[in-house]
Amino acid sequence: MSCNGCKGCDNHKRFHSFNVKLHTKEEIVIALAGNPNVGKSTVFNQLTGLKQHTGNWPGKTVQNARGSFRYKDRKFVLMDLPGTYSLLANSVEEQVARDFICFGKPKATVVVVDATCLERNLNLVLQVMEITDRVVVCLNLMDEAKKKHIDIDIPALEKELGVPIVPTSARSGDGLELLLQKVYDVALGIEKSTPLKVHYSEDVERVVNKLVPYIDRLLQGRLDSKWVALRLIDGDQTILDSIYQYIYCDESRGECGYDGL
Amino acid sequence: MSEAMHLVKLSDVPIGKLVKVRFLKNNGLNRRRMMDLGIIPEATVLVSRRSPLGDPKAYIVRGAEIALRKEEASQIIVERL
Repeated sequence: MSCNGCKGCDNHKRFHSFNVKLHTKEEIVIALAGNPNVGKSTVFNQLTGLKQHTGNWPGKTVQNARGSFRYKDRKFVLMDLPGTYSLLANSVEEQVARDFICFGKPKATVVVVDATCLERNLNLVLQVMEITDRVVVCLNLMDEAKKKHIDIDIPALEKELGVPIVPTSARSGDGLELLLQKVYDVALGIEKSTPLKVHYSEDVERVVNKLVPYIDRLLQGRLDSKWVALRLIDGDQTILDSIYQYIYCDESRGECGYDGL
Repeated sequence: MSEAMHLVKLSDVPIGKLVKVRFLKNNGLNRRRMMDLGIIPEATVLVSRRSPLGDPKAYIVRGAEIALRKEEASQIIVERL
């Protein structure tokens, strides 16, 4: 199922316009995810300043913003994903976010969460952690939380989730330096994390374990097989479409100027 | 099950009342959407406000206020607290 010389085909264009044209091999792609209204755009603006472009995701009426910044000796490209509660592809926004994390293969995904109502934000964090191990949680709106006398035991949460957690107040720039440090460490593999994986009921786990070897053979580690198995028993057609689009219809990956896979 | 006496649709709960979710009647996409918003069994929901025409109503779930239409809220079966 190749599509050599598919420069003109829609799928090729679509992949091409994940729009991460990298100037040099050294540029590191980072994804920025989060619920709506958690200050994700503030984080994005603070990190990238004026070095950003906005447009639409290819073929979708969903805003797409990407920016760049330097940190230490490296140049980073930051992709601002649509604000979503979930990655289960209930909407175009969720599908766009999911596809980028799955197929754009960012070197790290930052999930911005609202410290004033953490519980509802953790749903998305857990879902991202099912897809990728390279996660940094940005615990934003700490100033608001303080005002409401909400006290968060960060070390305990870090231990529980198994990924770095950085408290920030993006509006005033508090904590962003440490966020960059953690993103750098996770993206370059200096810090290895072992994210908490959700355990499902025995029935579900049994079926998933049956499917995983087949998926492993087909995808050869390009996506987390357990996660794909879960989507299949969900009856999620959209993930099959996306796998076809981004994995099978992309033999000419090198020419996309994006070697993220 | 004498408990069944207390089960009502979320859409029928008056403003200002606090309830506990017992189960969701809907399936597929709508069900998942509700669950992503934090509406799962055992979650507490406060019926906070109604819009001028009475539909949708606003509910407070896990520290955030969300608006649900009557048809959505009628699929959520809750227990009065």
